[in-house]
Amino acid sequence: MVHAAAGAHPADRTVVQLAGATKRYGDITALDRVDLRVDAGEFVAILGPNGAGKSTAIKLMLGLREPTSGAATLLGGRPRDRGTRQRCGVMLQESGLPKMLTVAEIVTLFSSHYPRPRRQDEILAMADLTALAKRRVDGLSGGERQRLYYAVAICGDPEVLFLDEPTVGMDVASRHRLYDELAATAARGRTLLLATHYLEEADRLASRIVVVDRGRIVMDGTPAEVKARVPGKRIAVTARRALGTADFADLPLKALELHDHSASLLSNDPVAVLEALVRRDVPLLDIEVTGAQLEDAFLSLTGSERRA
Amino acid sequence: MTTTAVRGSGTTGTPGAMLLAHTRAQFLTFLRNVALSAVTVALPVILFTLIAGSAPSQPYAEGVTVGAYFLASMAAYAVSGVMVFNFGVTVAVDRGEKVDLLIRASPLPPVLYLLARVITALVFAVIALAVLFAFAWLVIGVRLPGETWLGLGASLLVGALPFIGLGFAIAYLTGPNAAVAVTNLTYLVLAFASGIFMPMASLPEFVRNMAPYLPTYHYAQLAWSAVGMRTESVGTSALWLVGYGVLFFAVALYAYQRDETRRFG
Repeated sequence: MVHAAAGAHPADRTVVQLAGATKRYGDITALDRVDLRVDAGEFVAILGPNGAGKSTAIKLMLGLREPTSGAATLLGGRPRDRGTRQRCGVMLQESGLPKMLTVAEIVTLFSSHYPRPRRQDEILAMADLTALAKRRVDGLSGGERQRLYYAVAICGDPEVLFLDEPTVGMDVASRHRLYDELAATAARGRTLLLATHYLEEADRLASRIVVVDRGRIVMDGTPAEVKARVPGKRIAVTARRALGTADFADLPLKALELHDHSASLLSNDPVAVLEALVRRDVPLLDIEVTGAQLEDAFLSLTGSERRA
Repeated sequence: MTTTAVRGSGTTGTPGAMLLAHTRAQFLTFLRNVALSAVTVALPVILFTLIAGSAPSQPYAEGVTVGAYFLASMAAYAVSGVMVFNFGVTVAVDRGEKVDLLIRASPLPPVLYLLARVITALVFAVIALAVLFAFAWLVIGVRLPGETWLGLGASLLVGALPFIGLGFAIAYLTGPNAAVAVTNLTYLVLAFASGIFMPMASLPEFVRNMAPYLPTYHYAQLAWSAVGMRTESVGTSALWLVGYGVLFFAVALYAYQRDETRRFG
């Protein structure tokens, strides 16, 4: 680990820690007693639907919000300390930049925060902004702005990189360039935390996926482990008669919703399910099989949590 | 102007480097916001020409010409305007566009962000004064001793600090949409009622009675005293301004902390 020696406790590899962290906004509990530890060199994706508490978790880690109870530590210190922040880079959702300044001026401005910033041409190249260096922020497209946020995040050559929904608004080419950049950053031993609601993104990049739903961690494991828990297909069936739970007994299902003559199922083995339904002489009228969306995955994950 | 920081040069990451970089950024932002910067610099000159341009050397009062009197008025208008608008409007816009969010997540200490704004406002105030003074001397033909020009400028710059508090309070009490309107309204009414645009004698009686309680009135007194028209002692003006400064900054601090709890608590 390149930067381990710079830490307050060289032996302690903990970069980010949430300990029993709860955050309430009025009546809404955005995070509910979350425990999470991220070690140096990990690439952790915090995966969850919108409103799950991903952004709140990132904000607690960065000291942009104070936990209602529990604690958040960053690099062994308080997240708001200047020294701590000089070792971190941040890309936030819904943040703004001074729109009268040019791309190069913004990079210079944010580079001034760090003791050992990267060279400006290097930053612009990494964020694919070289051609736009003299463009003002108010003349950038959504995707170009996103790339500028990335440039701001990496200008200090940070040990830890926080990215909250970084690819929202990016075109496919920019998205893939960013994926390559992030993979290269991870390969250099840096720590990355990525909040996203795209399963593919988390799967492609991260070494560990933390699934968050309704303010709680519902799963924490490798991408392979998470994918095994996520249903592959959603199956919608309609029958000539009303359907009951007996029709679906002992089938490899992750979730089952019955609506009179129709049913909606989640399964990793749609072929087995359909074969069984035919074998059981269920009078099918219509069948539709689609790839499961992430929302389906959460239904499955949180559903099984509740049953457990 | 583009400086490429060299890795390991040790010249960045310090509070001084951050302050310099943010002051430069603020300055460029203000400069490129032509609606704001042009009005800040040009409006006092235009108003001065309209009010005093026709007969600048006529006596206004004992030992003071119309030109000198309204030069002082317009100088006061220019400097306090920079303070109120730079803080009222631009802070509110930053808040509305969430520019402050990334800044707050960065290593920059919030106080440096504020200090960069103060320096930018002071620099712009100096520019506005320089343009107004040069115009008054070259075009209108106002002649004053050198130390009078300097005294006028210096007392206005120092005395303008309470208006930073006023602008800041407005920025945090109102939303980004309302800030422009509220700032304009507050500031224009204050300036009018304090005799900055027209002689006190021509204002309605209830306004004349109210004027001695307004911050802009005492601020303008500093300017009028500097050109030789003294109706209250500089000490009295200063005391009023300190009082208003404490009040404005207390309100600003309250509003700031309320916002802080709501957005970063």
